[in-house]
Amino acid sequence: MSDQHTAMMDGNEAVAHIAHLLNEVIAIYPITPASPMGEHADSWSAEGIPNLWGTVPAVIEMQSEAGAAGALHGALQAGSLATTFTASQGLLLMLPNMFKIAGELSPSVIHVAARTVASHALSIFCDHSDVMAARGTGYALLCSNSVQEALDFAFISQQASLRGRVPVLHFFDGFRTSHEISKVRVPTRETLLALIDREALAAHRSRAMTPERPVLRGTSQNPDVFFQARESVNPIYSDFPNVVQQAMDEYAAVTGRQYRLYEYHGAADAEQLVVIMGSGADTVAETVDYLQRQGHAVGVLKVRLFRPFSGEALMAALPDTVRSIAVLDRTKEAGAEGEPLYKDVVTALARYRRHDMPLVIGGRYGLSSKEFTPAMVAAVFAELGRAQPRPSFTVGIRDDVSNLSLAWDTAFRSGANEHNVQALFYGLGSDGTVSANKNSIKIIGDETDLHAQGYFVYDSKKAGAVTISHLRFGEKPIRSAYLVEAGDAGFIACHQPVFLERFDMLENAAQGATFVLNTDVPPDEIWHRLPRIYQQRILDKGLTFYVIDAYAVALAAGLGKRINTIMQTCFFAIAGVLPREQALQAIKNAVRKTYGQRSRSIAKRNIEAIDSTLAHLHKVQPGAVVDSTLETGISLPETAPQFVREVTGRIIAGQGDLIPVSQMPVDGTWPLGTAAFEKRNLALEIPVWETDLCTHCGKCVFVCPHSAIRSKAFPESALEQAPATFKSIQIKGKDFPAGVHISYQVAPEDCTGCSLCVDICPIRDKSVASRKALNMAPQPPLREDEADNWAFFESLPEYQHRDINAATMKGAMLMEPHFEFSGACVGCGETPYIRMLSQLFGDRMLVANATGCSSIYGGNLPTTPWRANAQGRGPAWNNSLFEDNAEFGLGMRVALDNQERRARDLLAGLGNTLSSGLADAIAGCQQSDEAEIHEQRERVAQLRAELSRIGSEAANSLLAVAEHLCRKSVWIIGGDGWAYDIGSGGVDHVLASGRNVNILVLDTEVYSNTGGQTSKATPRGAVAKFSAGGKNTGKKDLARLAMDYDNVYVAHVAYGAKDTQTLHALLEAESYPGTSLVIAYSPCIAHGVDLSMNHKQQQAAVDSGHWPLFRFDPRRAELGHNPLRLDSKPPSLPYREFVRSEARFSMLWQSQPERAEALLKEAEREVAERYHRYQQLAALDYSTDAPGQDPGRTEDG
Amino acid sequence: MVDLQTTYLGLTLKNPLVPSASPLSRSLDSARHLEDAGAGALVMYSLFEEEILAEEHQYERFVHNAALGHAEAADFLPRQAHYQGSLDSYLQHLQTLKSHLAIPVIASLNGVSEEGWTDFGRELERAGADALELNIYFLATGLHEDATSVERRYLDILIQLQDAVNIPVSVKLSPQFSSPVHLVNQMQQAGASAVVIFNRFYQSDINLETLQVEPQLQLSSSYESLLRIRWAAILRGALDIDIAVTGGFHNSSEAIKALLSGANVVQLCSVLLQHGPDHISRTLADMRRWMEEHEYASVQQLQGSLSYRNAADPAAYERENYLSVLDSFTPPAGVRY
Repeated sequence: MSDQHTAMMDGNEAVAHIAHLLNEVIAIYPITPASPMGEHADSWSAEGIPNLWGTVPAVIEMQSEAGAAGALHGALQAGSLATTFTASQGLLLMLPNMFKIAGELSPSVIHVAARTVASHALSIFCDHSDVMAARGTGYALLCSNSVQEALDFAFISQQASLRGRVPVLHFFDGFRTSHEISKVRVPTRETLLALIDREALAAHRSRAMTPERPVLRGTSQNPDVFFQARESVNPIYSDFPNVVQQAMDEYAAVTGRQYRLYEYHGAADAEQLVVIMGSGADTVAETVDYLQRQGHAVGVLKVRLFRPFSGEALMAALPDTVRSIAVLDRTKEAGAEGEPLYKDVVTALARYRRHDMPLVIGGRYGLSSKEFTPAMVAAVFAELGRAQPRPSFTVGIRDDVSNLSLAWDTAFRSGANEHNVQALFYGLGSDGTVSANKNSIKIIGDETDLHAQGYFVYDSKKAGAVTISHLRFGEKPIRSAYLVEAGDAGFIACHQPVFLERFDMLENAAQGATFVLNTDVPPDEIWHRLPRIYQQRILDKGLTFYVIDAYAVALAAGLGKRINTIMQTCFFAIAGVLPREQALQAIKNAVRKTYGQRSRSIAKRNIEAIDSTLAHLHKVQPGAVVDSTLETGISLPETAPQFVREVTGRIIAGQGDLIPVSQMPVDGTWPLGTAAFEKRNLALEIPVWETDLCTHCGKCVFVCPHSAIRSKAFPESALEQAPATFKSIQIKGKDFPAGVHISYQVAPEDCTGCSLCVDICPIRDKSVASRKALNMAPQPPLREDEADNWAFFESLPEYQHRDINAATMKGAMLMEPHFEFSGACVGCGETPYIRMLSQLFGDRMLVANATGCSSIYGGNLPTTPWRANAQGRGPAWNNSLFEDNAEFGLGMRVALDNQERRARDLLAGLGNTLSSGLADAIAGCQQSDEAEIHEQRERVAQLRAELSRIGSEAANSLLAVAEHLCRKSVWIIGGDGWAYDIGSGGVDHVLASGRNVNILVLDTEVYSNTGGQTSKATPRGAVAKFSAGGKNTGKKDLARLAMDYDNVYVAHVAYGAKDTQTLHALLEAESYPGTSLVIAYSPCIAHGVDLSMNHKQQQAAVDSGHWPLFRFDPRRAELGHNPLRLDSKPPSLPYREFVRSEARFSMLWQSQPERAEALLKEAEREVAERYHRYQQLAALDYSTDAPGQDPGRTEDG
Repeated sequence: MVDLQTTYLGLTLKNPLVPSASPLSRSLDSARHLEDAGAGALVMYSLFEEEILAEEHQYERFVHNAALGHAEAADFLPRQAHYQGSLDSYLQHLQTLKSHLAIPVIASLNGVSEEGWTDFGRELERAGADALELNIYFLATGLHEDATSVERRYLDILIQLQDAVNIPVSVKLSPQFSSPVHLVNQMQQAGASAVVIFNRFYQSDINLETLQVEPQLQLSSSYESLLRIRWAAILRGALDIDIAVTGGFHNSSEAIKALLSGANVVQLCSVLLQHGPDHISRTLADMRRWMEEHEYASVQQLQGSLSYRNAADPAAYERENYLSVLDSFTPPAGVRY
């Protein structure tokens, strides 16, 4: 057996490791959950790590997966070893090229972390719908079931492809395998180099396109020969299963790990069999082991090679004794007789079975990473054991509509983890729990012979995301591809005391388990402060209970709020996986490795914290009886609609798995306004309004990323029922009459505590400069009163839009937001733009939202921040895809225009039958401001009433489309990854269309949602994923490209630098009767800045020339004015000062100072040149003989 | 030919002009330029404890805070395999300077806390520093911290560092001590080989538009040299410790005055930033000319000849000096005082 070393890694790293060793060209594009493979490859190449042949693989990020597939195709044709990584929609974009690559028999591998394809909803989680969509491409489909297999198959697939010439789609389950950390054996470079088939490699190179041996490929063929040519490859495909098996056998000879294409596991005389592929196969296998011990004749057939499908090999693997088979597919083909694996197995049996045909049933499981447990496997075997098994079934859900689902016994266990340590850790995404656990797994994996498994579950929020870490440790390899089950966890740690209110964590505790709680409640008081269910479970299960005030330990050690190493120390001290001293030493070593030379003082403080932890860890003596009255769980208020209470509420409470099919909307339609029901209480401090100082400028409302501070104007008389602490004051300004009050009210349980409202507040106390008109104060003492105040504030009437001057910040901010309490990051730089749009146009908006951060915080269940107003009007929102968003929005516009035209035609025809002047008034109304829109709505309401009375066919036809006589505003929203890269073609087409749509680009200068990968918006010199060595090309100037069309309204805005310019740009964009493009600078956590500095960073971006502010309004040119107005002054801050303040740039100085300096110099030159160019453009003379009136609402700057 | 040689921190320098801690030592090219222009030694730019701490915090944010942790992104910025903190860069640069320059290189440590000096000091010594300049910046703003405890803090830091290294250490002081001679004496007893007088600090300014308090640092003026000259004379009169003056020394006249009052070396900063490294050679030429004109054979001959101990009228360095300055002021005619 050759040399191998063990390592702890997840599936993505395992695959990327092999792929980086075996390839020369790696074309990448980010998509969850495959992105880390590209990130690893890019980082390793940036570090200069070579492949097996001594060259550093060229890693190139493309504009989309379609682009990556094209680059892959080209690289293969030019004779390189090339690969790419993808999933889901990305794989779908590769399909056309996959047909080509397979058609040309170009050996290569695409590694896929299998993920659900979006249908009624997007899902980032796992099933096989993506790979199944690729099964007709001619690619071989090879499935690995675990992290070890993923590593091994990454090699085997490449070897087989080189030999057999069939390109391979190597896939493994997204998240469950791609993100599970496991102990794996890794062959050395030398082993792999000795193993790889050099002759096959030479043959591949010899087929390369070259002028030295020119050939023609990619011909167009006609009916006479295409068919024959297509059939010519049959022997190659017939032989390919043998080629793969041979590669597996050779690999086994040097690694000791033998795989089979179709691998049987179970009783030699099995009568019942499950056929399955993917990570679930190991779960079935461990259940089979258990059932065999119970005397059942059962088995499992693991399918590794799905294409080319070898029915013969599959049949050879089956025991002859099998009487009934359940084939499990992790995909759904709506309307099909059965799913793909089921059908292929049936076909194989029909073709190759030598004797009685067994009964074959087909089931679906695990869609979108639905749990698949031994209990569910047992239910499948139980179904097979019935006299009349259902031919088609589902398992893992309760289907009370089609009644296809199998019931399962939640108490069933396979026993596979009886001797393993199983631990659960509840934390926040931001508190380091996950990173600490990854670290613990690594320590245990490295320091002991134990096997380890780590899997991490996140909720759907970005700010305040709840994470649950599932860890297992044991002496044998751990193949349980499911979460630690209820009642099984021997160790549970709660890193955030607030979770006691929300979750019944101890439901998961095993008898005699250990529970560690981080709390500031003293050990002798904690028992009486626990919720009732916690007391009950501690007593019932005989739990050992510890508490620690980890925040106090962290604070004392100078670690601020970082409690991860402290809680990690508690785990090792109590769980006993390692001898305590060895464990503590290992944690310290890990700290030194992480910080070491880079941050000595932080390393020192962490080590001090580790040393002081145990003195603060206290064992709690439980009380004798359950005496608490505190309840656990989340319930929505009675005021919430029934659907929201019964469905949304259960999802919020973490019980979504229990919701039956009948309660699900069939077409993915969900109600708005549900984020308001999630009171997450994330803020430690909230803003407090000082009425004596405030000038009512509205800036605080504008910058709030979560719409958690609002202003409202209302008659003083409305204050009669006001709570005692509710604040309001006569509103300032000539636009408002006496007796109109204004209130600035915070939603205390929705605020995230980012403090940006206080930062932007321009008013300071003349005598005490540190006191502003808004100041942060601790939330807990304010929570109750302010919640009452918030409820009262919400009950106040809205000020009439027609009485508001929306062109002033104060006025605009009095308008009701239709976007609130999103799950966006604390301090998010995108959401203020969206909220402002929703205030200005929310009651008449359609939103096409590209996939990305804004679609996730906008539409990820359980709730949505988009909301309707009291009249029921609000933004209609949809997310189609990542790449098609501009087209999606354009389609809406075309449809709206068409319906409006039809309505106008019908109106013209019916004019005489309506009240005098009504039709003309409707047809003639420009709806150019809020007052006119209001009047038009009233006219249309009158029209509808009259049409109902008329009742003719024409009247009914008009009634159906009458709403389109009121103006609608189409907003196409997305990030820079969409607008600059994957959707660029669509954006360009829409810009050229001249149609009345508004495009808002939230430019964070990286792909934020997938973790900060480089886009063409990323500035030169910035370090981002896929540009680990700093981006060496400049930022694409999308605005200038758009201005080239002459008839597109274009604005470049940064709200934190000049808020009124943003406001006016949005108003102008919407009023422009053609296509508008607003590019909005959006500071992001990926910039490596503290987002409480969000506004300062925007100001620095503008002042340094990084982000010039301007507006280009074609209406001005028509009137003889230069359409371009520069709204920011020439750069006054050295560009160097700007980049120094952001870690995305400054990190490069620490790692590659000379390169950083060279990139900076180039960027400095570009920035200066760009501003100069805009200055020149803005100075061009557009005057004509008869200049008209300037149409701009205001002049900024 | 006059002899400009001097000794400082146990080192023999070819002349007493030493570029002080400034950005000019950040690049090898400008450091070479300084040497070529005649610098007697070089004090490297300061290794700022605050800078290291800030950078460490930034790194920590990189490691943790950027890892917001949601399902699609475990983190947001790629790890930098070749990441090098300021300390490592400083050590590397020190080694580079040492391998390319013939003149002594003095490393400068600038900090505020009582921690960390020993480790930093050891590493600077290992990297080849000929001596260390310890620049303690501590502004006592607490109600209960008295002058003695402030001085104790300085001494403790010095003692820690002395214990850790075997190379000479100088201490750069602020002018704001009640009894500088007493303090410097204690420092000498604690092992300091030299004292550098005086530090110039950033000053807090108020921006009248934003009402924000903002730090300001302006280049020195010649006027500031007088304070240093006086204290060099007083210290030289009382103590046998090496003295470097820094702050406001822009030309040969001021340098000569400092040497006469007792300084071993004169550190230059603002003037080099304004006029470039070649200003050293011009100043040296002027010094030589003056010495020749005034028939001095060597710097050592004139050093301290006008110290408090040796001056013909030492009291002039004391309060009377202040009075005589006031007396020398004659009101303009017609102005009533």
